[in-house]
Amino acid sequence: MRAFSQLLDGLVYTRSRNGKLALIAAYMRAAPDPDRGWALAALTGNLDLKAVKASVIGEMIRARVDPVLFEMSRDYVGDLAETVALLWPRAHDEPAELDDGSLSLSGVIDRLHNVSRAAAPDALAQMMDHLDASGRFALLKLATGGLRVGISARLAKTGFAQAFGLDVDDVEQVWHALAPPYAALFDWAEGRSPRPDPEGTPYFRPFMLAHPLEADSVDLADYAAEWKWDGIRIQIVGTGPKHGGETRLYSRGGDDITGSFPEIAQAFTGHAVLDGELLVKGEFQGGEAASFNALQQRLGRKAVSAKMMADYPAFVRLYDLLIEGDDDLRALPWEQRRTRLEAYMAQLSPDRFDLSAVIDAPDFEALADIRAGARDAAIEGIMLKRRDSPYVAGRKAALWYKWKRDPLTADCVMMYAQRGHGKRSSFYSDYTFGCWTADGELLPVGKAYSGFTDEELKWLDRFVRQNTVARFGPVREVEKTLVLEVAFDSIHDSKRHKSGLAMRFPRIARIRKDKPAAEADRIEGLKRLVS
Amino acid sequence: MAHWIEPHPTGIYVRPADAWIDPSQPQERALVTHGHADHARGGHGHVWATRETLAIMALRYGTASGTAVGYGEEIRLGGVTIRYVPAGHVLGSAQIILDHAGERVVVTGDYKRRPDPTCLPFEPVPCDIFVTEATFGLPVFHHPDTGSEMDRLLHALHANPDRCVLVGAYALGKAQRVICELRARGHHDPIYIHGALERMCALYADFGVDMGKLRGATGVPAKEMRGAIVLAPPSALNDRWSRRLPDPIAAMASGWMRVRQRARQRNVELPLVISDHADWDELTDTIREVAPSETWITHGREEALLHWCMTHQYRARALALVGREDEEDG
Repeated sequence: MRAFSQLLDGLVYTRSRNGKLALIAAYMRAAPDPDRGWALAALTGNLDLKAVKASVIGEMIRARVDPVLFEMSRDYVGDLAETVALLWPRAHDEPAELDDGSLSLSGVIDRLHNVSRAAAPDALAQMMDHLDASGRFALLKLATGGLRVGISARLAKTGFAQAFGLDVDDVEQVWHALAPPYAALFDWAEGRSPRPDPEGTPYFRPFMLAHPLEADSVDLADYAAEWKWDGIRIQIVGTGPKHGGETRLYSRGGDDITGSFPEIAQAFTGHAVLDGELLVKGEFQGGEAASFNALQQRLGRKAVSAKMMADYPAFVRLYDLLIEGDDDLRALPWEQRRTRLEAYMAQLSPDRFDLSAVIDAPDFEALADIRAGARDAAIEGIMLKRRDSPYVAGRKAALWYKWKRDPLTADCVMMYAQRGHGKRSSFYSDYTFGCWTADGELLPVGKAYSGFTDEELKWLDRFVRQNTVARFGPVREVEKTLVLEVAFDSIHDSKRHKSGLAMRFPRIARIRKDKPAAEADRIEGLKRLVS
Repeated sequence: MAHWIEPHPTGIYVRPADAWIDPSQPQERALVTHGHADHARGGHGHVWATRETLAIMALRYGTASGTAVGYGEEIRLGGVTIRYVPAGHVLGSAQIILDHAGERVVVTGDYKRRPDPTCLPFEPVPCDIFVTEATFGLPVFHHPDTGSEMDRLLHALHANPDRCVLVGAYALGKAQRVICELRARGHHDPIYIHGALERMCALYADFGVDMGKLRGATGVPAKEMRGAIVLAPPSALNDRWSRRLPDPIAAMASGWMRVRQRARQRNVELPLVISDHADWDELTDTIREVAPSETWITHGREEALLHWCMTHQYRARALALVGREDEEDG
């Protein structure tokens, strides 16, 4: 248990992605079987023991510690599991906190799996007595079913792949054919057996991505144009009735987001792999796709309420068909896949699925006009796909291009600055900026932490330090004198901000040292850009 | 009838002696427990403190006037017999024992019960009124064994030979204690220190605390500090000062590190629970040991300790002193 609890602690305190991967990899190499398989299940969210409820943990601690002191402690610490882990009284004859090594991770999980609801509190208490504070924290998190250590399933799998020199996409392919504690996976990783066969399981296929268009034009005889929709890229994988009829949804990074959009998964029963854009229907747009802002209400949720599903109904606008039945279409030219996709649409529910239209333009110039005229909130730009391109993983030169709408810009005034993370952790690199109201008040309209060069960052950092007027924890308020030209893809109404506005992808385009702050843009002007 | 000793927001007033204990505003006569800024201020008329505390105050505030009181030595001020006994907090730290009218009051200042190679251990003195701190006055605060925390520090150091470990440690007390603990565990490499620690380390050395080879970190090429321990005040942990260091692992030595979010808020990768204050068990054990008829709680999480006293038949009250508890002084 100690190695696992140390791993969890390390993942909490380590900020860098590489650092986290190294911790996971080191654990996966060193820990015994089946502990490491259970750890991998826990880290990827595939272990949901729910042996006890949070309220039971509360009762357990109130029986052992003065309830008033417990409440005060919980107020201070915040997290219930951590509070209880820290408060748990030590056995009387034990001088120091000690993980006595008598519990293994797999032993703990076996016990939690098999214990009845009534016997769970006693079993848990007994195990707590053998652990130190870190171990108790890990145990409570396992027992209540929510690890939440701030890493994605994809990161855990990447760490596992790194441990054994595997490609994470190869791991991903076999993943859904296996179950915790993944003995077959470790056997393959360590060369004891061949790669497990993923046949019939809904596994993730790496997405095909696009390069930004840098050339002045392309020949539309070679390239087809489609809208680039501003939702989230999603892959729908269905195994069809032959293999149990399971459907999974994956994000661009390969994370399983089926749980966040159950209505989509339920509406798809086919045996196929599709690529599309997840969007929500907007009430103000006649049922058309709403802005990304609306979709954001649905993201990052483990469970979705009926109300959420009714208020922000999701649908998928389909781009591509990778696999149909037992036919892998990925090697075929885009045009042929497109024909297959158009034919496939007939069997899908129009409530949840539609087709991303191909834009009809006689030449590139006409396409540029169409792009310039597009003001639909859910359009991010145009995709250009080579008509003969196969579907290949990652970004391949000259096959697909994204041609984003020209960004909008506004001149804003820097208001607050905060330190960045990782290698920027000592620089003030996150800037909140505002625009003027009609009454001459400055209201925040967004926050940006990119777009500048390293030299500009140094200059901005120095500006923040030399012009600080107040500090709020990690945040510095600065003299309202510096104008930043901010570029953004679109701007929307937002109830979250006092200005009533929220920008999509804001970044610093230029530092306008030449411009007096009073001449920065007004909120009124920004409101006219709302889409 | 007012008691001869009175708590005020700005300090504790000892009426018969016409003197203040750890006043936060300039006073004519001040009795100072130790050199931390929330207890020792500049600008007093006359200060009674240990020789070490006076030296620390002279370094920090340039104050010269003061009467050195040795540990155990008795002085009399206006009918009050006053004695300074070790508090185990930092170099020169003292509890102030006041005897008057057949009654004994002990003002602990800040204290701890763990061994500290840089200062004398806390001496429990039975009394009638016990004035205690409560910085870590919640039962979640349990400081682990110092040795195991130092082992974690050395382990991180040896596991990352191309990096350095940057330890955030309060400039007075914690920094010198961490250095001495490292030496005691056989780490004799040069330790690099931030400029803000240099004068205090020199003062400790003058008082005979041997810290081995210390080097200023300023102006040293990053290469040279690979595989080394660097000490800096907590405020420098994420500041641009640390940019000069070779890929530092951010560590912090503080009792607050017991709570995950506290460590995360400071971007600490290696939290070291090393405190110069008593933890919960030490606070409550000490109250049992000195068995006062009344306990006054000066600063920290006084509510919880007050509740404990009430439920364990110790009369207690919380004093609301201003300006106490520097977060970095954990």
